[in-house]
Amino acid sequence: MSMFSKSLKKLAALLGRARFTGELDEEMAFHRERIEEEMRDQGMSAEEARYAATRRFGNATRMKERSHEVIRLRLETVLQDVRFALRQMKRNPGFAVTAVLVLTLGIGASTAIFGFVDAALIRPLPYAQPNRLVAVYETTTMGNRFHLSWLDYLDLKRENTVFQTLDVYAPYGFTLKTRDGLQAVTGTRVSAGFFRDLGVTPVLGRNFRPDEDRDSAPGVALLSYAAWQTRYGGRKDVLGQTVVLDGTPSEIVGVLPKNFDFVPAAPSEFWATDRASRQCEKLRGCKNLVGVARLKPGVSFQAAFADVQTIAAQLAREYPNDNLNRGAYMMTLTDVIVGDTRPILLTLLGGAALLLLIATVNVASLLLVRSESRRREMAVRGALGASPARLVRQFATEGLTLVAVASVLGVAGATGMMQLPARFIPKDMMAKMPFLEGLGLNLHVLLFAGAIFLGAGAIFSLTPVLRHFPGDMREGLTSGGRGSAGLAWRRLGANLVVVELTVAVVLLVSAGLLGKSFYRLLHSKIGIEPDHLATLQVSARGQAYAKDAQVIELEREIQARMAELPGVQSVAFTDTLPLGDGDNARNYWIVGRPYHGEQNEILDRNVSDGYFATIQAQLLRGRTFREDEDQSKPLVAVINERMAQRYFPGENPLGQQIYGQGDEKHHIEIVGVVNDIQEGQLDAVPGPAVYLPFRQNPSGDFAVVVRTRQDAAAMLPVMTAAVHGIDPGLATYDPITMQQRIHDSSASYLHRSSAYLVSGFAALALVLGIVGLYGVISYSVSQRTREIGVRMALGAERGTVHWMVLREAARLTAMGLAAGVVCAIGAAVLMRTLLFGVEAWDAPTLAGVAAVLGSFALLASYLPARRAARVNPVDALRAE
Amino acid sequence: MARTELMPGTLDMLILTTLTRGPLHGYAIAQSIRRISDDVLTVEEGSLYPALQRLLLQDWVKAEWRRTETNRRARFYTLTKAGRKQLGLEVSQFRHVVAAIGRVLEDAAEVG
Repeated sequence: MSMFSKSLKKLAALLGRARFTGELDEEMAFHRERIEEEMRDQGMSAEEARYAATRRFGNATRMKERSHEVIRLRLETVLQDVRFALRQMKRNPGFAVTAVLVLTLGIGASTAIFGFVDAALIRPLPYAQPNRLVAVYETTTMGNRFHLSWLDYLDLKRENTVFQTLDVYAPYGFTLKTRDGLQAVTGTRVSAGFFRDLGVTPVLGRNFRPDEDRDSAPGVALLSYAAWQTRYGGRKDVLGQTVVLDGTPSEIVGVLPKNFDFVPAAPSEFWATDRASRQCEKLRGCKNLVGVARLKPGVSFQAAFADVQTIAAQLAREYPNDNLNRGAYMMTLTDVIVGDTRPILLTLLGGAALLLLIATVNVASLLLVRSESRRREMAVRGALGASPARLVRQFATEGLTLVAVASVLGVAGATGMMQLPARFIPKDMMAKMPFLEGLGLNLHVLLFAGAIFLGAGAIFSLTPVLRHFPGDMREGLTSGGRGSAGLAWRRLGANLVVVELTVAVVLLVSAGLLGKSFYRLLHSKIGIEPDHLATLQVSARGQAYAKDAQVIELEREIQARMAELPGVQSVAFTDTLPLGDGDNARNYWIVGRPYHGEQNEILDRNVSDGYFATIQAQLLRGRTFREDEDQSKPLVAVINERMAQRYFPGENPLGQQIYGQGDEKHHIEIVGVVNDIQEGQLDAVPGPAVYLPFRQNPSGDFAVVVRTRQDAAAMLPVMTAAVHGIDPGLATYDPITMQQRIHDSSASYLHRSSAYLVSGFAALALVLGIVGLYGVISYSVSQRTREIGVRMALGAERGTVHWMVLREAARLTAMGLAAGVVCAIGAAVLMRTLLFGVEAWDAPTLAGVAAVLGSFALLASYLPARRAARVNPVDALRAE
Repeated sequence: MARTELMPGTLDMLILTTLTRGPLHGYAIAQSIRRISDDVLTVEEGSLYPALQRLLLQDWVKAEWRRTETNRRARFYTLTKAGRKQLGLEVSQFRHVVAAIGRVLEDAAEVG
């Protein structure tokens, strides 16, 4: 019979213990009666018979015990220990509640954050063999992750020897024709093999066919699962229906799976195939695509990277007009998708781990203090014959019981916490982090929590054991726990507190630095006055706006309508709002100068004449655009300060002529210089920029910017209504105030959330560290009561005693601070990607943390010190 | 008639042997062993029930509540297949040991 089934039987017997005992009783009673009968048959009286039977039968209780022993296994003594542990906790509820609370916090926080880390960094992406997928970009002088054109893509696909497949996507959305007019919808154009090569199969209908990105193929579209549900109510007859995307009728051929997401293009409701016949796709210089490739089996990332770099260099030589200074860049798709969240998640995981460490240390030292008061109990039990192993097991059980309770609570709390991001992260932000949705307990998280349970359990079991064993039992019996052992423990307790304070300092400094970064970020110079600015994006496509004149007419119309709205101070237009992704750059040449080499890509913005005044950018030199500056007038440009400094150092840029790459015939005169406007993310370094008059370069996709007299948010619906009042066929989207844009920007979000979370951890760590310090100091005072009494009897002043205790606390605090500052600088260097405008060794932050921790430490040691100073020497000496 | 203590380790074997004749309750097992051994072997009640628990746990016997002839409720023990196998094993081992002891004793008698 196997051990397992035997244990099971034992367990069953144990659980059915009442029945077992009952049956045994009945069985034995029966037996005894038969013996009595037998005796009576031999002629004994009833009473004699009963007496004889009892004698023969022996001690019934003893016998029952022996029967029980057969089925008893260690588990039962374990249960006994657990019961004892729970009784101990009940007897000392303050201790139990504190310990469990502290541990629950630590375990809950670290488990929840591990859940996020697991989802983002450990779990594979939802594609076939995701670790073989890479994203392919072109590099420019401005950075690494820029787009390729359709023609580049075709060349790359033909020339490379390293990719099994190569596809492209362009996540720019579509206009969708609806009954109420055109609507801007999220969507992505892809090459026909895109889904097949990712290993994604539609849940309904079919995939794109390999030739469906040819010009001759009829228009086709796939729906995201969400779009299928919300727009078509999940009906199966959606297949075969026609949608008009960007004016092209396309047949819906399939629905993508529910769990499919493609973060670089998210959110995306409609997926259509790209066509070589589209305007942009015919030009090598029109770069709008990102490549996604699957490496051939056996080809390393480096080898593939080298190959595409060679091809890109060849293209740059072959097509200097469009590909000059452009190289190739490759990243694993995993890095593209989780790269931004990795530093913050790892920082948080570090913070949570430190919090857990502090919690563990605190509870361990609480356990120590308590085990101190149980020295006599242990000694007595030892003297009565309890083996050391049995006593160790008792301690282990108590520690594990504590951790078990805290783990259950902590994991429950973590499950709750894991639902939070879905509620608090803005929706379009969440679309970039789909892995944070629908989190819950899974095997990884449970394993993690289990590992914490075991680790903490081991620590808690071992600390009292180390304290008591190999201990001299007689010492425990004779003394009240005074002498060298008490001193040794005080030293250990003191060391633990130094660790706690160190950790608290690390977290406090991190929180301080992150908070400061966030403040700096929000108050970074963006070159505009963001209060009272309302923005709305408009997309005018189709026949009615095919000609530049029509777009300009529309712009005039909107300008006039908006200006009439009550509360509107001024109205302006731009093709790209500030605080975006810092995209849309172009090479510019300066007339009469040789090619200026590196750094020739310059941000390119088309803005209306009132733009700079409306956003309140400062004009540094020259003039802004005039209202009548359209295509009939000479071409003009306003440049930003950085461009003036970089390309015209020490000279006057006004009057200089520039021209766009490949457009030598159209010279543009620089007429003004404005301050640097942050076109990219808040934490980006502003680059050179050229602003051109909107009416000289009209575009059907533009943003309306309105400066209001009152609340900008109230203006947003009015603006949308005004645009639709002109033409219901105009698509409007993203009505948002400039402040909200700053607030919601991913850089701001990243910094804000990390600052808040780490601050939370730091506050907890501070409280726990201070509680630990208080515990150690007051324990030390209680241990030294007699010593203090002697000192005072010998004439020590109360002030001296006070000072003596405070000095001990100050020493520990200073050690914790010193170690903490060193570690904190190290930690800050590790998380420098999250810092903005502040150095890892920021002195004010360090000084502030030292001051905060110092004053709390003073407070924590003041109370025990006062108690020590109030010791009555007579009482103290008599108590012994 | 002197009562003899059971040789250690033989109680299980005796119980299993007794049960080869059919299901019996605890009292009947004790009686049977005593009677067949002509009152030489006495099963102490104090050892009988723990031993029965042990055998149950090993799956060598099964137990069920039944009525006796006098219509009393009693727990009857039945030998299982595994029990029968175990019995064979124990008996052959026991015989082996007894034979060995016998040889040693005879050898000593010859010398003495």
